[in-house]
Amino acid sequence: MQGHLRRSRIANNKVNDMSYTKRFDGRKFDETRKMEAKAGVISRADGSAYFKIGDTVAYATVYGPRDLYPRFMQNPEKGILRVNYNMMPFSGSGERVRPGGNRRSRELSMVIEKALLPVVELEEFPNSVIDIFIDLPETDAGTRCAGICAASIALADAGITMKDMVAAVSVGRVDDKIVVDLNYDEEAYEDGPVADVPVAMMPRTEQITLLQMDGEITKEELMQGIQYAKKVCKDINAVQRQALKEKYQNGGSDE
Amino acid sequence: MSDEKKHILESLNLNLRYDGRKLTDYRAIVVEKNVVKNAEGSARVKIGNTEVIAGVKMSLEKPFPDTPDEGMLMVGAELLPMSNPEFELGPPGIQAIELARVVDRGIRESKSVDLKKLAVAPGEKVWGANIDIVSINDEGNLLDASALAAIAALQEVKFPELDGDKVNYKKLTTKTLPMKITPVSVTVSKIGNHLLVDPSTEEERSVDARLTVALTEKNIVCAMQKGGDMPITDKDVDAMITLAMEKSRELRKFL
Repeated sequence: MQGHLRRSRIANNKVNDMSYTKRFDGRKFDETRKMEAKAGVISRADGSAYFKIGDTVAYATVYGPRDLYPRFMQNPEKGILRVNYNMMPFSGSGERVRPGGNRRSRELSMVIEKALLPVVELEEFPNSVIDIFIDLPETDAGTRCAGICAASIALADAGITMKDMVAAVSVGRVDDKIVVDLNYDEEAYEDGPVADVPVAMMPRTEQITLLQMDGEITKEELMQGIQYAKKVCKDINAVQRQALKEKYQNGGSDE
Repeated sequence: MSDEKKHILESLNLNLRYDGRKLTDYRAIVVEKNVVKNAEGSARVKIGNTEVIAGVKMSLEKPFPDTPDEGMLMVGAELLPMSNPEFELGPPGIQAIELARVVDRGIRESKSVDLKKLAVAPGEKVWGANIDIVSINDEGNLLDASALAAIAALQEVKFPELDGDKVNYKKLTTKTLPMKITPVSVTVSKIGNHLLVDPSTEEERSVDARLTVALTEKNIVCAMQKGGDMPITDKDVDAMITLAMEKSRELRKFL
């Protein structure tokens, strides 16, 4: 994942002889990085959010429902959701990211769209489009999950009817440990097998709306990872809800 | 003439702006430096609700054949659809291209960065400074915000380490960019017979002509760009540059 962006293996990466006994940044294995969320950060948008987890920062903005063009794409029965994922040119830890998107960003846009689709009541918005733009100024792995978390807050902020919110986190395996919210250093761990499993969920029903994986993992380990994700997505959702409460308790105007 | 423009003109005739500012007032300016860890230099500039981020990524480049002993300076601007409902995805439009080129000229023509000091092996390898500007929220005057952010980001650049002919982005040195001059750009807009600075979204739609003036600390004009559909007189130019000189001193305090 993010191969072209992945840092070369850092020195002193090896903590112990055989196994990954302690996380590089000292977190517990089922602990996320520090999170911060805000709703309504971009005044031009109909809805917007900022979501930070560790050093990964995502903005999400929602424009719409607005008229969909070209006209032949309009559907009189329901609206469409359109997501664009974009890393800012200076957001990666290595070389500059060339702007304008690539195969990876197109795929991520698509899977994020599918992750959000089940909660959005598109039947309410015939002939319309809801545009979601996810833009990342700073990245340290887990960008699609951070983008989903931000987008979900932004949709709610825009007043789009939703069945639930969506929370997302990557779980996975580093060597012999199941871990939550991998950072770049962990994704690039070289002294043992690594698996990265981004998961998005509707926290209320625990239904999974995004599941990807690359690396090596057994079925048992994967299932344990998903159990972790269930718990963590509820914690993330509390942060998302808090962000919305903070905005709307203060009268709800954009800053 | 649109009703909006009529109304703005009538207000300006009474010396009034919608947000209560004087014609020569900027909105509140905030400059935050080092806002992106993965960039070698970065800055966020807010002018009122307008917000941009500029980030600098350093890279090793082969010099241009006509300037074998000079480093490279590249400015790119992305007017992200997140920041304005009228911005669209896709390759940079004419507004983004103009913005990037105007910012580029202000920096380049003022000889702000001593490009000769960026040579690593003349004719073979030189440092390139890639300045990328992204719009976060467009409530008018992206030009001045972008120029200010670009200079602020350049001032913060720390060179990454060189491992032979590879850039090690994980290790930054204490070396900074050799900067001699700090150009600041002020755009003066003309609506009817009125000159004003820092237009809001509504005012920007009604602008007849604008002049962006890049100035050094010694009030040398180092780049200009006229925009807008209407002509201006030599008297206008005189008044616009005078106003730009006055306002550039205010802006420079934020660097």
